[in-house]
Parts: sequence; structure tokens; C-alpha cells
Amino acid sequence: MAGISRDEVAHLARLARIEMSDSELDHLATQLDSILIAVASVQEVAQADVAPTSHPLPLTNVTREDVVRPSLTSDEALSGAPAQVEDRFKVPQILGEE
Amino acid sequence: MTNIHSTAAQMSDALSAGSITSVELTEQHLDQIHKVDSQVHAFLHVDRENALAQAREVDAQRKSGQKLSLLAGVPLALKDVLAQKGVPTTCGSKMLEGWRPPYDSTVVSKLKEAGVVILGKTNMDEFAMGSSTENSAYGPTHNPWDLTRIPGGSGGGSAAALASFEAPLAIGTDTGGSIRQPGAVTGTVGVKPTYGAVSRYGLVAFSSSLDQAGPCARTVLDTALLHEVIAGYDQMDSTSINAPVPQVVAAAKKLDVKGLKIGVVKELSGEGYQEGVLQRFNEAVDALVQAGAEIVEVSCPNFEYALAAYYLIAPSEASSNLARFDSMRYGLRVGDDGKASAEEVMNLTRHEGFGAEVKRRIILGTYALSSGYYDAYYGSAQKVRTLLIRDYQAAFAKADVLVSPTCPTTAFKLGENVDNPVAMYLNDIATIPVNMAGIGAMSLPCGLAPEDGLPVGFQIMSPAMKDDLMYQVGGALEAALINKWGKTLLSDIPVLEGK
Repeated sequence: MAGISRDEVAHLARLARIEMSDSELDHLATQLDSILIAVASVQEVAQADVAPTSHPLPLTNVTREDVVRPSLTSDEALSGAPAQVEDRFKVPQILGEE
Repeated sequence: MTNIHSTAAQMSDALSAGSITSVELTEQHLDQIHKVDSQVHAFLHVDRENALAQAREVDAQRKSGQKLSLLAGVPLALKDVLAQKGVPTTCGSKMLEGWRPPYDSTVVSKLKEAGVVILGKTNMDEFAMGSSTENSAYGPTHNPWDLTRIPGGSGGGSAAALASFEAPLAIGTDTGGSIRQPGAVTGTVGVKPTYGAVSRYGLVAFSSSLDQAGPCARTVLDTALLHEVIAGYDQMDSTSINAPVPQVVAAAKKLDVKGLKIGVVKELSGEGYQEGVLQRFNEAVDALVQAGAEIVEVSCPNFEYALAAYYLIAPSEASSNLARFDSMRYGLRVGDDGKASAEEVMNLTRHEGFGAEVKRRIILGTYALSSGYYDAYYGSAQKVRTLLIRDYQAAFAKADVLVSPTCPTTAFKLGENVDNPVAMYLNDIATIPVNMAGIGAMSLPCGLAPEDGLPVGFQIMSPAMKDDLMYQVGGALEAALINKWGKTLLSDIPVLEGK
């Protein structure tokens, strides 16, 4: 597996929605390189006949009765909101103004 | 005379006997925090008012003759990753500075129901990512054995609070060793229960398939008492196990290991382990033999891949879990000038709100999950997880419990590994396989390493849902070692005088 380039890190940072300075990108590219070398060993033993495990418990579709029960009031739910308006979360514009 | 050096069990007895009130006990601990926490920095938030109010309530209930739980009125330190209604919950991150959750986590609800007095929130590596608490946005915690050294992580605050007698009980969370490694390097006891044994509702998620909250204390019995308070099925956590909680208190009191088979894991010792760590570990194994246990050597050949697999799985899950910190509904928001788009605000907020290690893991996880690399990294890591489970199955066919040193070394110096993530990650080499398989494990102190005089941790792993077995072995080993030393390990800790 080839090393990771600075441009790739910049792309990943965009995907992860994290603004990064040039120096952060440089530093991270170097560090990720050494981490990826260290973790690449998983490929040595991951044979095709081994089933993957995503979770330690063999659970599927855990459901409960769909019943109405007490929940947070809107004041409580909005208590940590960075901005709010008329009982709603106020967020920056999502689509352009035009 | 009950004081801050007593065990939680002794405090419980004294409270029942009426020789001390919960308010007095709580004040003793708040005084100790006031005196030494400027040196240790175990707490991010001390909740004096609420703690004393809780204590007063328990005292009143006791006076009125109400039947109380064993730990009612005993103080506790809570890791700052668990939501407590109205009390700041930061996860050691700037992202959540000032956030006060509108609800209680299940662990906190259970503690409150049991009348346990919550003193405050303890320091941790940001979002539980780290092995030293140096990744806390609010500055590191110091190891009470040597203030220039790390207290472990991510739950270094909880462990340091115990070792500095700021609290007799604490709650930690363990994703790859964050309860056990801090326990090991501070000479305290920490348990990661079987995955699903303690509800994750209200535990801010790092890696959902690995995270597990658990009890921390200075003795095995105290840890067991707390275990029984917080464990149990919870409908609010879909991965909670719907089965009776193992009788861990009874197991901790057995003090008998005759006939039990103890498996020493070949791969978790030797090269890379500090000499004094191995020496104390081997002496503890001998103590178990003297107590009547049978030792078998077991081999877990895939353990050498566990660390690599963990550092793909945990960051992958983290990259998804931490997407919730988007500055829209709660937490930090940066750059919202009325012109910037939601996406730009998100980018800026996450730039400022997350520290270096969190960013590193989010980017690593994003990479491991991205198309073209998924099979090679995340997919392969999931297969390793299967192999680890098979290794454990084979080992538990030969032994009732498995043992190893908890960490390869004693506490290192603050700053020593800060910019070397790979070296830092090696700390978790013996603790990670447990989380990957979802089983339970305990760390308890087994002595001080001769070369540096620092605590060494002994790890006991038990099969899933058989957490009582590690308590049985841990309780017996603790008793044997204290008998051999003629004192507890923590009786040798330097006394902090305060500044």
C-alpha cells in the first residue's frame, strides 16, 4: 500500500469537514504515513475465508414497543443550541442566497 | 476512624453505623480535592453544591429509617464523558465547553438511585482518545505517585482521583484500555465489564462496538460494589445485554482460587515489556499458585495484530460518531457571521473544536472507510477481530481466566510520547484484545517495579458474561499480595501536601 500524500489528506479533511492549515496537513501526512505502515499488518492474516466481525454481540434488529412517553421539552432540547429562533435551532445558510 | 483513606466498604459500614454522616464524608473529600487538585488536576469540574445536596438527602433518608443501598452516601468521581443533567460535560474537548446535558446517562441515573454522591467530573483525553490524558483540551492530569508522570488515559482523572484520595470510587470508560491502563499506572483497580453489561446510554460515543463504562476503586471489593450498582439491562441501549448481572460482590469476597485454571498469555509478555513489570507479574502468578490455582500457558497467536486492527476499527467508528459535532444543535459554533454557509461554519468549528489526536483519528478513520481502501484496512481489521475471538475461545477452553501485565511499562513522563502516536499506541497492546472480543477484564496492582518504584498492573481477563471470575481471582490475589507485603500498595504513595 502506497504512502499517503498531502493532497490525499486535504481531500480527507474536506470529507471530514475539518478546516486544516498547510502546516497541519504536512504534519498529519507524515504521521498518517507512519501509522498506516504500523497498521498494514492486518492484511497479512485477513484471509478470504475469515468472516468479518463488526460487533462483539450477535444482535440484529433490536426493537421496542413504539409507545408515547415523556421526552425533553423544546426548552430542554434547545438548551445547548448555539443559536435559536422561535423554538427551533437556528443554523447558518445551507443553500446559497440567490 | 473513617477518613479519606478508608475503603468504600468501610465508609459504607461507618455510614450505616452512624459514626459518620455522608455530609461529613463528602466534605472530607471536597477538602482533599481543594488541597491537592491544583497539583494533580484530576477534576475538570467540582460539583460542591450538588454533592453536598445529595449527601444531605441521603443523611435525611437514613435518619428517617429508609432502607438504603450499600453505597448510599459514599462519594464518587465521574469521568467527564458521561452525561449528567445540568452539570458541565466536556469530554475533555473545547467542542463541548460549557455544554450542560439536558438528561442523565443511565450510569448516572443508577448512581443517583443508589444514593452515591457525585463529587464532580474527571479529566480525560479528548473524547477518550489517548493513553496519558495529555490530549485533554484542559491540560493533563498528573500521576500522584510522581507528578512529572502520566496518570494513564484516557481515564487518567478518575484513576488519579482515587490514588490521591480525592474519591474512593470512580467511573471510567474503556475502549482500548482507558480504565485498566490508568488503574495500572496509579496502583488502583479498574474493571472493564463484558461489553453490553453496563448501559452506554448517555456515554458520549467514541467507538460504539468497543466502548464500555466500568467501575474504578482502590480495592477489588469496592470495585465490585460499584459494578453491581451500574450494571444491568437497559432498554435505552440496544446493545445492552438482557441477562442477570453476575454476582461480582460475592465473587470478590470468596478469596479462594483453589482448582481454578489461570492461563498466562504467552504473547503478552517478553520483548517490549519492562523488566520490573515482568518480575512483579511473575511474582503475582506465583502468589496465585501458592493460593491453589493451577497455571497453564496459553497462546493467542493473533494478538500481535490486535493493536493494528484496533487502530483501524476505533478511528473508523470515531470518524462516524464524531460527525455529530457539527455545530448545529449544541456545542461550539465558530465563524457564523451571517454570511458563511453551514458547511463553512462546520469546517471552522471542527478545526477549532477538535485537538490534534482527535483530528488524526477522524482522518485515519475516514481514510480506512473510504472507497478503494475499505477492504484493505477496515475490512481486514474486522477479520482480525474474528481471529482474536477465536484465540480467546481456544484459550478459555484451557483456562478459566487469562492473565497478563496490564501495560508493558510503568508510567512514562508527561510529554515523552506526545508527538509519537505509534509509540503512544503501544501502551494499549495488552488491553486492546479484550475490547475487540467484547469480554471483561480487570487491572489490579501487583507491586512497584524495582527500577523506578512505580506501580505495576496485573490484568485478569474472563469470558463474556462471566465477570464474576475476574473478581474471584482478583479478590484472592489482592488478599494474598497484601498479606505478603503486610500493607496495601497505596500506603506507599507519597503524601501530597498541597500547594
